[in-house]
Parts: sequence; C-alpha cells; structure tokens
Amino acid sequence: MREELFASGRNIPNIDPYLNIWHWQIPIYLFLGGLAAGILFFAGVFTIMGKAHKMPATVKKAPMIVPFALIFGLFMLFLDLKHKLYFWQLYTTIRLESPMGWGAWVLMIITPISLLWCASYIKEFYPNWDWKFKFLNTFEAWVIKNRVIVAWPMTIYAVILGIYTGILLSAFNARPLWNTSILGPLFLVSGMSTGAAIIIMLSDDHKERKIMGRIDILLIVIELFFIVHLFMGFLAGSEAQIDAANLFLGGKFTAPFFTFVVLLGLIFPAVLEIFELKGFKVPIYVPAILVLIGGLIFRFLMVEAGQITRYLY
Amino acid sequence: MRYAMAIDTRKCVGCSDCVIACQTENNVPLGFCRDWVVEVVDGTYPNVSIELRSERCNHCDNSPCVRCCPTGASHFEEGGIVLVEHNKCIGCGACIQACPYDARYSHPEGYVDKCTFCIHRVREGKDPACVSVCPTSCMYFGDLDDPNSKVVNMLKNRKFKSLAPEAGTKPQIFYLV
Repeated sequence: MREELFASGRNIPNIDPYLNIWHWQIPIYLFLGGLAAGILFFAGVFTIMGKAHKMPATVKKAPMIVPFALIFGLFMLFLDLKHKLYFWQLYTTIRLESPMGWGAWVLMIITPISLLWCASYIKEFYPNWDWKFKFLNTFEAWVIKNRVIVAWPMTIYAVILGIYTGILLSAFNARPLWNTSILGPLFLVSGMSTGAAIIIMLSDDHKERKIMGRIDILLIVIELFFIVHLFMGFLAGSEAQIDAANLFLGGKFTAPFFTFVVLLGLIFPAVLEIFELKGFKVPIYVPAILVLIGGLIFRFLMVEAGQITRYLY
Repeated sequence: MRYAMAIDTRKCVGCSDCVIACQTENNVPLGFCRDWVVEVVDGTYPNVSIELRSERCNHCDNSPCVRCCPTGASHFEEGGIVLVEHNKCIGCGACIQACPYDARYSHPEGYVDKCTFCIHRVREGKDPACVSVCPTSCMYFGDLDDPNSKVVNMLKNRKFKSLAPEAGTKPQIFYLV
C-alpha cells in the first residue's frame, strides 16, 4: 500500500486536487481554429486546382464565416487570459519555442488573409457593396485577378493553424495525455472534417456536396485511424501515459468519448454519408451537425482529461 | 553558478514551517502557496515507512515553463533561478500546464506566481526564507559550482533523488534519502 498526503497548506481548493487552469474557452477556441483551418484549406486547394467555379460553397460561401470564427475564437482565448490588460505582450515577442507564441502569430497572419479572401467575394453576395475609397476598389480588383497568389499562403497557413491547435496541447510534457506528437495531425484532420461538414451544410450544389461528402468520409476514416494510433502509442508508453489512456479505456471519460465522439461524431455520420452517396435520401444536416458536435466534444474531453493526467500526486 | 537545494527527508518532521515562512516573506495570498509538504506512506502497519518532503519549484535546467511561455515572462535569472516577470505575464496558463510539479499558480492579481528561491534574499547573501527557518535544518541551499557549498557536500556524501526525472526537466531540488 502506498499513500501520498499533503501535510501542509498544499491541500488548498485553489490548487488541489488538480490545477484546472483552462476552462470551456480553450476547447471552443481550438474547435473554431480547426474549423476555420478546414474551410480555408479547402477554399485554397480548390482555387489552386482551378476548380473554384465548380465549388461555390467551398470557395465563396463557407469562407465568409471564417473571419467571424477566428475573431470569436481569439476573443475566447482573451477571455481565458488571467492578466488580460497585458495581452499585447504576445505581439511584442517572437518566441519560436513556445507553441502559443507562434500560434498567436499564425492567427495574426491568417485572420487578415481570410478577411481579404472574403472581401474579394463580397460583391457576389452584395452586388451593391461600395468600398467608399477608390484605392480599395483597385486593391479588390488586384485580389480578384490574383486569387491563386492569395490561395497559396492561405492554404499553407491553414494547415499550420490546424496542426497548431493540436501542437498547443502536445507541447506540454507535464500532461501525459497531451504529450504525443500525433495530436497535431489528429486535430488537423478533425478540424478539416468539421470544415467539410460546414461546407456540406452550406452547399446547394449536388455535385459539390458529393465531392465534399467523399472527402469527409476519407477524413473520418483517417481520424479513426489516428485515434487508434493515439491509444496504441499510449499503451506502449510509460506508466503515466498508460494511466492517461485508461481515462478513455475504462475510466471516467470512456462513455462520453466513445458515445459522442467515436460513435455519434465519426462512425455514424460516416455511415450516413456513405448511404447518401449510394443514393439513399439522408437529410444532409444530420451527419454534418453530428460531425460538428463530435469535434467540439472531442476538444472538450481532451482539454479536460489532459489536465487531470500527471506524473506526480 | 548554479543554485540548487538539497532537502533531507530523514530530518524533516513535516512541521510546515517552511510553508509559513514563505507565505510571510513573499506575501503569498491566502489560499495559495509556493511550497508545500508531502507525506508519503508506504506499507501497512506495523511495517510502515514515511517520507516527508518539502516541495517547491524545482528551478529546472530544462524548464518546460520557460520554453512554452509565449511572452518571455518566465525566464532564467542568475544561477538558473526561474522567475516570472509580472508585467510581461498575460496569464495564459501555458506554464501551469507545462509544470510537472504543479509549482505554479495563478495569482489573484492575474499573473502567474511561484517560488523564486527568495532571489531578493539570495542576492543579499542570505538563504531563502524556507531554508533559514527550518527548525531541524534539513534544507541546504547553495551553488552547485562551488565545491565548498553545503549542497555539494551533502550530495557528495548522501544518496539522493529528484522528483519525476522522467519528465525530462532536470530538476535542481534534490531529496536526500
């Protein structure tokens, strides 16, 4: 028998039993970041491939929500800061070692790019839109002419943003559940899948929905594969990591994880999408919304569970 | 210069004087602490062994908190002391997540706070508050690069361990066992 006790003032409600410093804001921020990355990635890729006219929702409609998602996500991050008035310090330092540091810079770059992208399409939705200043009109004309030039950095930064949402967590070696490099690709694929779900919901074009549906099924399969990989890696790891994996394999996160993330968030929507492709009538909102909810719950569970896993105490 | 601390778990009686001294010296707000005492009990009666450890920030050589700080608020001072610059800290909590020892907490004023090895006292040539009040003198503070320091002496002559070395942080608090 082995028992550890805190003999002193360490058993304080503010610090023990565990330091839960990140609350609901962070998973929402990670979710919106991943979603924005997914949408921008598809918009960029289809533009570079020269298929923009075939994918109206992917390239024009869905990116319209990205700046809102990014700014709202950043606002969530701001809400989570405890020393709010000093937030500008993020942008007076460049620290490549700190994922949060370079992530803040990536957001600083991709948010204006996404705004630029939306601005170049705004006249397709509001034909009477007036930029008021002449130089803005000239600038808009340049962007419309050179969308591919904008699409390249947008696609690359979208991938970095998607991976960043996972790396932000995986860089903490003190939290065994997060400390695995597969979290980067996993969050990227999950973010792309939620982005694809938004596009499917917004699209009126049957062919486009079919293409995005196929992509989404592929992404879901990759995500399931990564999740299996995640736990395989943990179970082959140190005791701290085995304990972390057991939170999801029999521990208190097992039921919500397998019900809402794996079953309702991945397998069930994939099956529905396969049925849809086979010609069955499936209301497209159902799998898309399930994927979105699954993605959100996945981030909530990872952030919450990661803060419980530890080496000591 | 490399400051470090050696703590004799065989002399410690778990009185928590170090905790109170720290809270008084550093004005630690109520409900928080920069150091604490852990009691580890092994075995079942009558074959029981107890280890008492006064724990705090390990001022690690490979500090994950310094690495992950997005603003550079967490940084190294002379002798490897890890400090938080309050006016640079945005309270993002990354360092709290990064610390395997849970040595950091969010100060009610917003910034992150932790043990400083009482750097203000060390600069005057004194021992940290916790070391100076210990009634059993079970704590030794000093420079690892100075062959005559008490810490080096203790580490030369006794068996010691550090906490969670598997986390890869190279902690600089040593527990004599």
